[in-house]
Amino acid sequence: MNWLRRSSSEPLWKEEFSVRTADERYVTRRQLTKFLVLTSFGMFVGNLWILLRSLFYKTPTFPRQTVARLGEIPVGGVKLFTFPTQDDHCILIRISENEHVGYSQKCTHLSCAVYYSQESNRLECPCHKGFFSIADGSVLQGPPPRPLPRIVLEKRGDELVAVDIKVS
Amino acid sequence: MFGYEFYIDPSRCIGCHSCLQACEECETHRGKSMINFDFIERRESITSAAYVCWHCDEPTCAQVCPADAIKKGDDGIVHSSLKPRCIACSNCVIACPFGIPKMMEPEQQMMKCDMCYDRTSVGKRPLCATVCPSQALAYVKPENIARRREKPTNIFYFGEQKVTTKVFMMAPAERDAIALDVIDYMWEKKHELAAPIE
Repeated sequence: MNWLRRSSSEPLWKEEFSVRTADERYVTRRQLTKFLVLTSFGMFVGNLWILLRSLFYKTPTFPRQTVARLGEIPVGGVKLFTFPTQDDHCILIRISENEHVGYSQKCTHLSCAVYYSQESNRLECPCHKGFFSIADGSVLQGPPPRPLPRIVLEKRGDELVAVDIKVS
Repeated sequence: MFGYEFYIDPSRCIGCHSCLQACEECETHRGKSMINFDFIERRESITSAAYVCWHCDEPTCAQVCPADAIKKGDDGIVHSSLKPRCIACSNCVIACPFGIPKMMEPEQQMMKCDMCYDRTSVGKRPLCATVCPSQALAYVKPENIARRREKPTNIFYFGEQKVTTKVFMMAPAERDAIALDVIDYMWEKKHELAAPIE
């Protein structure tokens, strides 16, 4: 890092371990300019990397997975399942005769498991009282910063199939 | 600072310990005296010498500090070690040719005379110089010290090492610098040790 040093005849240790208080925080104009150029170059490269990543980003596709049979759960009933992997716990709720909704069970605040509260008709996180709407997973109250990821469901004959995750 | 300089004349010291007591009153290190006080040839004489930090232009204590804790201000005062940095390694205590820095074991920090920085930085005199009855420690203007028979010098030789300081030592008028051979002073011959007290 010699080229970043201020030009002086002093050995490095004398510069690093300066005796005078004023020398300790002394930065030459050239040093500051080098620092500015370097950091802005670093920021540029970093932004370029983010841009390229987003340009070449491929939306991941998930294997379809049968979640439940129609009529398996009663209206207002709940079934827990995992999608797309064994470690992603989700919750399926039958909100009316013909409507099912699925959400990730992981609260977006600190990853506690949310549950369905039938009397208030919403998803509730017991840890910090974060409530989510049953209609679209949006936050009704509490600390969660984002809505719950929604599981896109499809009807196949008499089976419900999870096909995708919508993160908003 | 403010036209005043510090002058030390050990030949004037009467050994009254006033400076030691006054130093403990200093706001920057209350209760701890930073004066270095020595009896010279104690077996044969009552000669004593009190002295403060010499505030070297190139302070050896700061140069050897591995923690970058000892700093010299723009006004030439070498301060006590910075508490967050000092690692209590005693390098400065060993390195200082004058033997000034003191390792404060309870605080695990080196402390030294900072010429009563709270006072001298606002134009007041250091406490030791205000109380010294014989002005062995004097904080006066150069024209006042010129009236004395001795001549102030701030050049010291410790063997090969030349040290220039902010504080002046009163030396015989014909001497421009003070050369000290520390090892020679520490050397005690066999017959000297065995000599009976008369």
